[in-house]
Amino acid sequence: MRDATKTSVAPGSADEATAEPAAPAAPVRDAAKPRSLLQDAVRDLVRKPLFLVSSGIILVLVVMAAFPTLFASADPQLCELGRSLQKPSADAWFGYDARGCDVYARTIHGARTSITVGVLATLGSAVIALLLGLISGFYGRWIDAVISRGIDIVMGIPFLVGAIVILNSFRDEDGFRIGGIWGVLTALTVLGWMSMARIMRSTAMQTKQSDYVTAARSLGASTGRLMFRHVLPNALTPLIVLATISLGVIISAEATLSFLGVGIQEPTISWGVMINQSLGRIRESLHPLLFPAGFVSITVLAFIMLGDAVRDALDPKLR
Amino acid sequence: MGRYVIRRLLQMIPVFFGTTLLIFLMVNVMGDPIAGLCGDRQCDPATAAQLRSEFGLDKPVWQQYLTYMGNLFTGDFGTAFNGQKVTELMATAFPITIRLTIVAIVFEIVIGISLGVVTGLRRGRPIDTTVLILTLVVIAIPTFVTGLLLQLLLGVKWGIIKPSVSPDPTIDELLVPGLVLASVSLAYVTRLTRASIAENARADYVRTAVAKGLPRRRVVVRHLLRNSLIPVVTFIGTDVGALMGGAIVTERIFNIHGVGYQLYQGILRQNSQTVVGFVTILVLVFLAANLIVDLLYAVLDPRIRYA
Repeated sequence: MRDATKTSVAPGSADEATAEPAAPAAPVRDAAKPRSLLQDAVRDLVRKPLFLVSSGIILVLVVMAAFPTLFASADPQLCELGRSLQKPSADAWFGYDARGCDVYARTIHGARTSITVGVLATLGSAVIALLLGLISGFYGRWIDAVISRGIDIVMGIPFLVGAIVILNSFRDEDGFRIGGIWGVLTALTVLGWMSMARIMRSTAMQTKQSDYVTAARSLGASTGRLMFRHVLPNALTPLIVLATISLGVIISAEATLSFLGVGIQEPTISWGVMINQSLGRIRESLHPLLFPAGFVSITVLAFIMLGDAVRDALDPKLR
Repeated sequence: MGRYVIRRLLQMIPVFFGTTLLIFLMVNVMGDPIAGLCGDRQCDPATAAQLRSEFGLDKPVWQQYLTYMGNLFTGDFGTAFNGQKVTELMATAFPITIRLTIVAIVFEIVIGISLGVVTGLRRGRPIDTTVLILTLVVIAIPTFVTGLLLQLLLGVKWGIIKPSVSPDPTIDELLVPGLVLASVSLAYVTRLTRASIAENARADYVRTAVAKGLPRRRVVVRHLLRNSLIPVVTFIGTDVGALMGGAIVTERIFNIHGVGYQLYQGILRQNSQTVVGFVTILVLVFLAANLIVDLLYAVLDPRIRYA
């Protein structure tokens, strides 16, 4: 996109520099200045209900993660067995769980862990995918063969099996499993980059054959400049879309690992931890499961819709 | 064709050894293979050293891997934590998971493709929008939540199914677990088929088929669907491997003692022989499924030929 803007602007500035008398024409040109693809996409996006709804939900979730006390005044760690499994009421909107903790307060406070894990793991795997995919697609030949086989190899390991093996190895000196977010982050990052790398590789391969890359190369641009200034900005869109969608999937995976009992553990609060704690008593009451699970689902949905909307806006072929 | 298959098989060899080596390293280096052998306590140093030399764990890792692979090719998958042969565990676990996977794939094909065709032909109508929203909801809700709720409603509250299946479950016991296992992929198959059908419905060959007076049914099934199936077949093919390895959640909910259960137990008890053995078989299934998908392309689209 960057290059598209550059080429459309460059003739204008050259005009102004060489042809002084043509100056009066400049304001007219300015008024009818063609919009860049990115501006086009943004204009397109803000009119889409899908985009507005999903980004609205995500904004609320992010504020919730940053300032949980704005939403919930109750103490999420204050549990009284006397009110165990009480149904939702005006006092506690989401009721109390088996140990008598306020489900609403815990759901709000759990947003921070779940979203932090989602964002960091997605960023981590996107960076791995970006570098490997770009190198593989740009250089081709044996480097591509090695990296592609590497992707195949990691993909061959079933996701949950790999994740449980990694999480099982996070133990302290006494052999107890460490239930912090680092294990989950590592597992989700190490096992989450492959499909993004494949997308990055194929778009980098297509982009490197464009005329502007050939032009820049014949003007003597270095390999690094070609890769990061010309190919990367023009090949980034599919990766961004996929990363947005997989952010939701990763939040869901965090909950799944907790469900299996290998994820984050108390005293950290996350939606997965809450879901795991609710499992023992679900035949008596469902609300301690349904509220955090509902928040996971809404978050996943919001990120999938956002990814879809961004793809529609950034991919002119689909218009 | 024959040469193509041989070339693909040769390409699979490095992936096979790479994946098995990776899981071998993950289990043996990151975990402690003898940690589970002294009960919940840690082994005292003398016993640990004894066990290590007994299992060959004092040798370098690459040597351990070679020994393991050598044994594997002679059919010796080692022994599980309870003294049972890993091959015996496999003989009971795999038939169950294969049955479960078949049920799931049948759901994907029958429900997913029909919904996709119906919505793809009626883009923008109410039924299309409804199904699209439904698929999004199914994708967004984590599988274990769907599974737990179905188990609770159908199994515990209404008593339509048994909440957990028998040790050697029949196909009809596996219907609901299969549906749960298939649910997310089912939604993706629907969306893929819909997009593919909608794209091809405007193709010239469809207009020709309609114009020469073929019945609508024949146009849709023989012309439109056949040409739209390639991306769907790719998805379902790669999904076979994912379903078999991803059945951990479904098998745990419905207490099915299949591959997922054995893997989960194997990892938590740090029994590397079970884990590496099962993953090896899963990798083979994954690779074979990918090869079959490639060969199916030529069946669906005769223009694709493999020299």
